[in-house]
Amino acid sequence: MTATDLTPTTPAAPDGSGSLQLVPAQKRLPRWAPWAFAVGGVLVAFAVLALAGRPTIAGVLGLGAVLYAVGLTVTSRFVEGARWATDRLATTLVSFAFLLALIPLVSLLWIVVTRGAKLFGATFLSTDMVGVYGDMTSGGIWHAIVGTLLITGAATLISVPIGLLTAIYLVEYGRGALARWITFLVDVMTGIPSIVAGLFAFSLFTLIFGPAYRAGIMGAVALSLLMTPVVIRSVEEMLRLVPNELREASLALGVPKWLTIVKVVLRTSIAGIVTGVMLSIARVIGETAPLLLTVGLITQVNWDLFDGRMATLPVFAYRQYEQGGVGIDRAWAAALTLILIVMLLNLIARLVSRLFSPKTAR
Amino acid sequence: MSKRIDVSDLNVYYGDFLAVEGVTMAIEPRSVTALIGPSGCGKSTFLRTLNRMHEVIPGAHVQGKAVMDGQDLYAPDVDPVAVRRQVGMVFQRPNPFPTMSIRENVLAGVRLNNKRISKSDAEELVETSLQGANLWNEVKDRLDRPGSGLSGGQQQRLCIARAIAVRPQVLLMDEPCSALDPISTLAIEDLMAELKDEYTIVIVTHNMQQAARVSDRTAFFNIAGTGKPGRLIEMGDTATMFSSPSEQATEDYISGRFG
Repeated sequence: MTATDLTPTTPAAPDGSGSLQLVPAQKRLPRWAPWAFAVGGVLVAFAVLALAGRPTIAGVLGLGAVLYAVGLTVTSRFVEGARWATDRLATTLVSFAFLLALIPLVSLLWIVVTRGAKLFGATFLSTDMVGVYGDMTSGGIWHAIVGTLLITGAATLISVPIGLLTAIYLVEYGRGALARWITFLVDVMTGIPSIVAGLFAFSLFTLIFGPAYRAGIMGAVALSLLMTPVVIRSVEEMLRLVPNELREASLALGVPKWLTIVKVVLRTSIAGIVTGVMLSIARVIGETAPLLLTVGLITQVNWDLFDGRMATLPVFAYRQYEQGGVGIDRAWAAALTLILIVMLLNLIARLVSRLFSPKTAR
Repeated sequence: MSKRIDVSDLNVYYGDFLAVEGVTMAIEPRSVTALIGPSGCGKSTFLRTLNRMHEVIPGAHVQGKAVMDGQDLYAPDVDPVAVRRQVGMVFQRPNPFPTMSIRENVLAGVRLNNKRISKSDAEELVETSLQGANLWNEVKDRLDRPGSGLSGGQQQRLCIARAIAVRPQVLLMDEPCSALDPISTLAIEDLMAELKDEYTIVIVTHNMQQAARVSDRTAFFNIAGTGKPGRLIEMGDTATMFSSPSEQATEDYISGRFG
């Protein structure tokens, strides 16, 4: 690679009157050089692999990436000097790391969308599984959507007040041993395996209501056990981000502490709090084990959280996949629905954050 | 609208640490009192005891008396929130509420306290407060814009407007100009000269020219060494303090021989 059409990027040295002499304009590779190296790297890799045997896409891309990184860095070292070569190498590594991290995400979405699309549709979303057996391809997940939304909603209703108030206590009031213990226990709670939460809820309700009791609220309690520490942690972080100056400004206006917390601290951090809550919902909405244990599965819609089994999307997907046949398609479509619900929740959270975030625009 | 404060034998603590010791001073109404002294000598700490903001810090407490027109601010039955409504405060760094517009910032003292206020009263309060802070002409066309979009000096005057909107008796200013450029500083100093007709003003400043320019009385604080408590060395009319102070330490500080 020759560098004939270089444009100087550093300003020309001032015609120094004896004082500071700047380094003369640096030689740079042209803007299209990285692209040329990328294309060249892939072509060379293809040629080499074609000579050696059968080229695969992964092989060509992998070898091409290595050739690109080495070629660009070495050329840059000779044309532009050591500092720019290091810069190009670092840029290359960071970009590749990003692309590498993107691969599982994209492929997961791709698989779920392509396989889920087979059955996904208005009928699938709006019917339940009553009277569907054997190889029948009808049936849908309306009952599981209702169950998932009800149970997750109930878990949110339990977790958010507890989590919010605990976080407020820890940030605004908590001092000394009690606060330290709460923080420690929250950390421990974060690590509870979900099946343990399920067993806890199961035995709790069995102790109180007897062994035959089954209800959606059992699952909600199990999920809230997993959700609460996440809510506490994220809200705590958000509250600590609120500058102390704002608290002082409010207190100095003669505003009582509780009103300062409600109207200044929470108001300033509401965007982050909503995001944190949504993340915690996303964390538990796909939980299978505790729900399998507590609420089980049924074929029709159950609107009553306090009586009877309920269907939920993850458990439904698990059971259908187990059955095989058309069940596998149902499982993928249910998984797609679950992802769409989470995305929808995130979208709502974004809108809420946008609405409430501090106004900084002029 | 202004009251005098008599402080006697006030000791200020952070936990067990005695930060300011034995302050006795009288703060006259309708005048500007400047607190000067080297860093860490307890000027700001002392200032914050005058509206009980000091005790917001965990473990901080106070011994002694601070009497505002016959009422001891530290009497057991006195609500610190009520004290802060009477004694307003402006901080070193401008701190408008970022979630609020300029109008809402001025009304913060009313709105945050859940007090109801009619729309016309609110408009009037916003205008008089902003005019009182010499900011009205600059922002009257953009009252619904966020307060954080103003320049530093404008933000500080917005904070002053916010403080005087709750109609305090006393206004405390903790180095209000230290984050501002000379022109904004001048605007705030002019404002102080106007405000002292109505309010008792106490200002902490590191800038001795500023103290000489704006204040009627000056108090000099000093500290014997790190870990020792700060003390009030002397207090007097600003003219006297800057021409012929009675203490050697004051003269050394004012003439720039230390600090």
